[in-house]
Amino acid sequence: MPFRLTIALALWLMTAAPVTAAVNVFACEPEWAALAERIGGDLVSIYAATTAKQDPHQVQARPSLIARARAADLVICTGAELEVGWMPLVLRQAANPRIRPGGPGYLEAATLVSLVEVPSVLDRSQGDVHADGNPHIQTDPRNLLPVAQELSRRLGQIDAANAAAYRARQAAFAAEFEQAIARWQQTAAPLRYVPVVVAHKNWSYLINWLGLREEATLEPKPGVPPSGGHLSDVLARVRSDPVRMIIHAAYESPRAAQWLAERARVPAVELPFTVGGTEDARDLIGLFDATIARLLRAASNPSG
Amino acid sequence: MLAVPSLSLAATADDLAAIRDAIRQLEQRRQEDQARIEMLERRLSDADAQLRTVRSGQVSSPASTQPAPSASTTAMRRPTTANLPAAARPGVTSGPSFGTRGGSASAFNPAIGAVLQGTFSHFSRDPDNRVPGFMVGEEATIGDRGFSLGETEINLSASVDHLFYAEATLAHPREGGVEVEEAFVQTTGLPWGLTVKGGRFFSGIGYMNEQHSHAWDFIDPALPYRVMLNTQYGDDGIQLRWLAPTEHFLEFGAEGFRGDSFPATATNNGKGSVAAFVRTGGDFGASHSWLAGLSYLHADADNRATNADTFTGGSDLGIASLVYKWAPGGNPSERNLKLQGEFFYRDEDGTFNGLAYSGRQFGWYAHAVFQFMPQWRLGARYDQLSARALGAEFAGTTLDDLGRNPRRVSGLLEYETSEFGRFRLQYNHDRATQETNHEVFLNYVVSIGAHGAHKY
Repeated sequence: MPFRLTIALALWLMTAAPVTAAVNVFACEPEWAALAERIGGDLVSIYAATTAKQDPHQVQARPSLIARARAADLVICTGAELEVGWMPLVLRQAANPRIRPGGPGYLEAATLVSLVEVPSVLDRSQGDVHADGNPHIQTDPRNLLPVAQELSRRLGQIDAANAAAYRARQAAFAAEFEQAIARWQQTAAPLRYVPVVVAHKNWSYLINWLGLREEATLEPKPGVPPSGGHLSDVLARVRSDPVRMIIHAAYESPRAAQWLAERARVPAVELPFTVGGTEDARDLIGLFDATIARLLRAASNPSG
Repeated sequence: MLAVPSLSLAATADDLAAIRDAIRQLEQRRQEDQARIEMLERRLSDADAQLRTVRSGQVSSPASTQPAPSASTTAMRRPTTANLPAAARPGVTSGPSFGTRGGSASAFNPAIGAVLQGTFSHFSRDPDNRVPGFMVGEEATIGDRGFSLGETEINLSASVDHLFYAEATLAHPREGGVEVEEAFVQTTGLPWGLTVKGGRFFSGIGYMNEQHSHAWDFIDPALPYRVMLNTQYGDDGIQLRWLAPTEHFLEFGAEGFRGDSFPATATNNGKGSVAAFVRTGGDFGASHSWLAGLSYLHADADNRATNADTFTGGSDLGIASLVYKWAPGGNPSERNLKLQGEFFYRDEDGTFNGLAYSGRQFGWYAHAVFQFMPQWRLGARYDQLSARALGAEFAGTTLDDLGRNPRRVSGLLEYETSEFGRFRLQYNHDRATQETNHEVFLNYVVSIGAHGAHKY
């Protein structure tokens, strides 16, 4: 029995060994996995640690994540404390010096863009606030450009032989994406000044980009689930000061948004939030196509 | 401004419309200014990036510049907050935070957190810490009646340098005073998936052993932990872990300890305790995950006393652990379920009160905790111990199990105000002793300051 067990274990170890691509990328969120796909192509092997249906704040340091981080050459995360509840532990347990914070194998996207809503006072009575500012940067496509640039630089550092290929892919991505951004801004022009209610404060970059107006939040404090009392307050506010839609992310429960939508007679809009959040958000371009299409549809359909 | 008096005097519909229009225009101007500021900021950052590229071109080897240049530019842009929370972020402390907070010594402060616990307990019978049939350690109590401050702990952690991480937990135990619960240094820079940890720490055996008590699902430890490990096995020693390079999580660990803690005794002629464990785990689809482990602990006891009885000899303990978690689509925020169970087998050989003794003892528990809606959890637990029958010469001693197996059934209701505040109500139908004890606990656990991520 022990002999057979040893053979079984050895076989399993061999078959479970990771496929050897040039660079193993561990992406904390789907948007960074999609970006790594664009910049790395088949020169990299990508593992997305979370799906679009998961709340990136609320992930657990599962054994599978630790095993994948062990094999990673590059970790790309949002940073700004978004993954503070799981990544520090994954990194420590993975025992992988290649992805140590501060080294070339550890990239926090939020360090490359200017963050909004940096709290002046850090106190947990304010809810689940992030000391560095709002971490949900991927809702503004312009934030992806500097991240793509840094990502290609890091990939080139780790895999010097293919540095030129990464640079070329990044340049192609930047050109295509800049064009797309111009197109989105044009299409989304009617959304300027449109007043909205958001479920959680994770749309600030999108709102700033498109010039929407955030009138209220369904959560009384960031990270605190909406209570009945607070929802009634929001309802009273939107009755006296109407909004055009209620926005929630695909990973969030739609219940509170739908409750308010029914009573305020405005549509509740589910946005993908990241790649794969909704069926029409298959890649980074699709993510913003879908986001803007859904916003426009809601804005032109006042009754919901 | 001039429109205001006219509003108070004769506010016609036209006036109101004009005011609305003016407000809208002002708002529009504000937004446009904002957009212009953003555009300028963007240009600045682009220029910054170009400058960076030029600079890195001049430096002979760009790879050797350790702090990512991008980090320092970000710091310049956000001078008041940049990297300040490095101290508040356990585990993310090393790295590009130096040089940005000129002269501020506190920037290097470790992450500091405190966990406060308090319990109100009601027992239908006097608390009786004996468990007939089993020798127990000093910590293996069911607690005090009435109000009591549970274990209060202060945790400090930070990277030492680019090769080490260190963590210390000071606890205020029930008996009073201050105790160093854990104080260890751990490597972060070893190759091949190796980690070495040294100092005082909770052993990696079992599933619950390594977790701090405030992270447990139930207020009190399960019977096997309470009786066979004196609630938790921690000691001074060294640990080596190896994480196999497989896609599937597979971890091996070996430990050597000073050998002072129960089931060993401080006076064991310098004989140490040794432990080993192997753990594996993974996912089934997006919604299911699991962790399984096998552990072994060997300890030597010299005149280990419980009540008036003493044991001298070797103690071997094996633990099999299994944890399963369910979260729909991998998102636990709304609903989730955790099933956890462990089986203990202990073999102690030596002399008991001078009599030759060879005892086989078993213990197991299984519990389920279900979060049925955000912030609310329900739990149920069963735990039990049993021992192989001994000869008549042990009748009347601590090892006399009085012909029955100690067991309990527990129920739990938990409400959390946030991830930092937990309030729990627990009931134990406790039949560890001969007469049933109905135990009710009301407990809070709050965490302030930096709070490290919890283990799976």
